[in-house]
Amino acid sequence: MQNVIVVTSGKGGVGKTTTVANLGAGLVQAGKKVVLIDTDIGLRNLDVVLGLENRIVYDLVDIVEGTCRLKQALIRDKRYDGLFLIPAAQTRDKTAVSPVQMKKLVSELEAEFDYVLIDCPAGIEQGFKNAIAGAKSAIVVTVPEVSAVRDADRIIGLLSASGIDDCELLVNRLRPDLVKKGDMLALDDTLDILGIGLIGVVPEDETIIRSSNIGEPIVGSEKAMAGKAYKNITQRILGNNVPLLDMNGEGRLAGRLKKLFSVK
Amino acid sequence: MARFRRRRTTSSNVAKERLKLVLIHDRAGTSPSGDIMENIKKDIIKVISKYFEVQEDLFDVEIQNTQDINGSNATTLTANIPIRRIKNLGKNKY
Repeated sequence: MQNVIVVTSGKGGVGKTTTVANLGAGLVQAGKKVVLIDTDIGLRNLDVVLGLENRIVYDLVDIVEGTCRLKQALIRDKRYDGLFLIPAAQTRDKTAVSPVQMKKLVSELEAEFDYVLIDCPAGIEQGFKNAIAGAKSAIVVTVPEVSAVRDADRIIGLLSASGIDDCELLVNRLRPDLVKKGDMLALDDTLDILGIGLIGVVPEDETIIRSSNIGEPIVGSEKAMAGKAYKNITQRILGNNVPLLDMNGEGRLAGRLKKLFSVK
Repeated sequence: MARFRRRRTTSSNVAKERLKLVLIHDRAGTSPSGDIMENIKKDIIKVISKYFEVQEDLFDVEIQNTQDINGSNATTLTANIPIRRIKNLGKNKY
């Protein structure tokens, strides 16, 4: 993965914002200096997921319109030293920013930060085009459902058409118990269908709900499976090879038979 | 259409098969009943008709997911072309 990464999905509600917050915090834990950009103008949320909603003075639109200097709009995270947020404007719409302006902003940020993570809005219109304009790599977030996988496929096609070929999949909210029962798309099936590399799998985890309630990422928390998963993904972004999180296997028939015969 | 699956038909298998088909058309920018499939059909008829007399009304073209001889999944364009008569184009006249 390169240093400017857009997190996108097509479909809404699959966990883009949660992913950006946790990967951002994870990269800072690994000693990097990181800025997160919320490009979901009109529907900003990365600020609340990070618990920074009370600190916003200026936003993305203020920067590109020159109402403030770049430094003034950077919000310092309250827990992680080295993590910064550029919030989206809440009272404007997607047309307030252009892809050219985004490219320029990203290239300025690149000089200051080790990583720039861009939180993309749902959809494939202007907001999406803005979000991917300055990106060099992409993390496509999906959940193991027909509609989300279909949208992910469309997004992968659009990214490729825009010249972003360094594109990896994050399968979010996987439930190994449902996969085992045959009621959820297995990881291999999803990968087979979409045909891109995997950056990681995050299991369904109730602690994520608690985490967004209180506005604190859970990356690195040893108690939460999702926290461990996000930490692993952070390592893979940094280029380190870490094995996939063991979520109690995805055994279909073969797995179950194996288990049966291994019982003494 | 009857499909024979070796695996138990779980809802996730159904999801996988449905997704595969839907993505074939998404990626091609066509719909299963759209113009492009209709055009493919017309073009195939044009070529085949040089050699065979075909029953156009029973002619059927579709994109399917099947398994190849090695058992791995393959995407195929399947044309079902009922032939009424083979045209005599050779030297032997009867």
